[in-house]
Amino acid sequence: MDDHTAVLLLELGGMLLGLGILGRIAGRFGLSPIPLYLLAGLAFGEGGLLPLSAAQEFAEAGAEIGVVLLLLVLGLEYSAEELAAGLRAGAPAGAVDLVLNFTPGLAAGLLLGWRPLAALVLGGVTWISSSGIVAKLLDDLGRIGNRETPVVLSLLVIEDLAMAVYLPVLTVLLAGESLVGGLLPIAGAVGAVGVVLLLALRFGPAASRLVFSPRDEVLLLKVLGLAFLVAGLAQALQASAAVGAFLAGIALSGPAAHGARALLGPLRDLFAAVFFVFFGLQTDPAQLPPALLPAAALACVTAATKLATGWWAARRAGVGVRGRVRAGTELVARGEFSIVIAGLAAGAATLREPQLRPLATAYVLLLAVLGPVLARLAEPLAGLVRRRAAPARTAP
Amino acid sequence: MDIQETPLPGVGLRHEFTTAAGRQLGVVTHLTGRRDLLLFDPEDPDACQDVIELSDEDSDALAELLGAGRIAERLGRLRQQVEGLAIDWLPIPPGSPFATGTIGDTRARTRTGVSIVAVLRGRSAIPAPGPEFRFEPGDTAVVVGTPEGVSALAGILRG
Repeated sequence: MDDHTAVLLLELGGMLLGLGILGRIAGRFGLSPIPLYLLAGLAFGEGGLLPLSAAQEFAEAGAEIGVVLLLLVLGLEYSAEELAAGLRAGAPAGAVDLVLNFTPGLAAGLLLGWRPLAALVLGGVTWISSSGIVAKLLDDLGRIGNRETPVVLSLLVIEDLAMAVYLPVLTVLLAGESLVGGLLPIAGAVGAVGVVLLLALRFGPAASRLVFSPRDEVLLLKVLGLAFLVAGLAQALQASAAVGAFLAGIALSGPAAHGARALLGPLRDLFAAVFFVFFGLQTDPAQLPPALLPAAALACVTAATKLATGWWAARRAGVGVRGRVRAGTELVARGEFSIVIAGLAAGAATLREPQLRPLATAYVLLLAVLGPVLARLAEPLAGLVRRRAAPARTAP
Repeated sequence: MDIQETPLPGVGLRHEFTTAAGRQLGVVTHLTGRRDLLLFDPEDPDACQDVIELSDEDSDALAELLGAGRIAERLGRLRQQVEGLAIDWLPIPPGSPFATGTIGDTRARTRTGVSIVAVLRGRSAIPAPGPEFRFEPGDTAVVVGTPEGVSALAGILRG
């Protein structure tokens, strides 16, 4: 073993061990580990405490794999019927979600003097709630059986499906096309996504039978290989690797999906952690303080808009006041998707917006912490809302 | 019993019902196989007062405690209602004289008073077969009749 290997292993070992310790600390306080991973990346990247030289290449490749695995496992958890049902039931709520939560990001970007494309990216960052954090919250707070939970879950489904359209559009625009000139490639990319989705729904069960193997190592290699191939193909078609991985996950069903979920969980955790750290590594901590104020303002506004979205969707489903507040607060957390979108955009040479990374990092840091806190405060908050409503009702 | 089913996308399935006493109970079946027992809050009908996580063994144990007694009770009641009723599963081995014959050929009803109410073939079941139904070697006939008639038919089918 030579010097380079030693440095690589030492850096990787230190990084992963550190991430593990951070994850344990986060678990102790009932927090998501995402903010801590971001902070770790900030501490060690450019302008940070210790630049990581040898591990950088691993982190870069690992980050790409992390995105693919995040979306693959997400797709594996959904079946075709759930997607169709979620779309039908939640389409109006999804529209409200889009309008209320995309607009603040878009407006903020334009107000800050960013180019329209960068503002479009910021809109995506503020729009999508973190499926991972919400799922964990529902479990931790014992709300999985609540009546407002299907409302929250189908909103997340719609956001995921919307991402399958938003990401290809973004990828095409980031490749240097203008909005008008890019209409054809955009239509092509979105069309390709639609075709693949239909193929997945139609031939998914057959593909799953081909892929399935009772031997773990064979199943793991087949599923990973398939997912990477589809993701790579999607990226080549400018539909974004993340969307390809998501579609590959949706296509797989039955025993293949069940087995793959179990095998991929730990891999996903590892590479997702690397993904967040890598994003932080590439963010210059010196740029963070000036981004804090706009991030905080954006966080407050979009926390309120998610509350409103959850309230509206839950009320439409016939849920009571306390349930509506619970639904709203559960949706506030932003996390992995916002970083995926910001990472996709910041990596593109055409964007040239140096403020995007620091602003997205600060924004996700704030909401990944604030979201779970608000969700835990849902009961007292609901009490406040009811007390304010009661005097109005009893007034003559 | 009105059991409502609600899909939870990405999580699993929720079933719930209201007890005779007015409490709401539910079960969430996760994709992973884990089950959660839900006790809804009487004061907030949308929320769960308690969510109890059950492993596979826990679920089996609870189901046994709640259900096994009832199944035995139901079987007992059935036997009480029709004294002298026998239900049996009779195989049609390859060496049987009726291995490729029809139900009509066996003249089971005429000779023994026993009715052949279903035929099990492989993993499928054919309910209420008519007299022109043709057996295949390896089938199993589900028969109902008096205990003596069923024994007699077993002998006839064995050949």
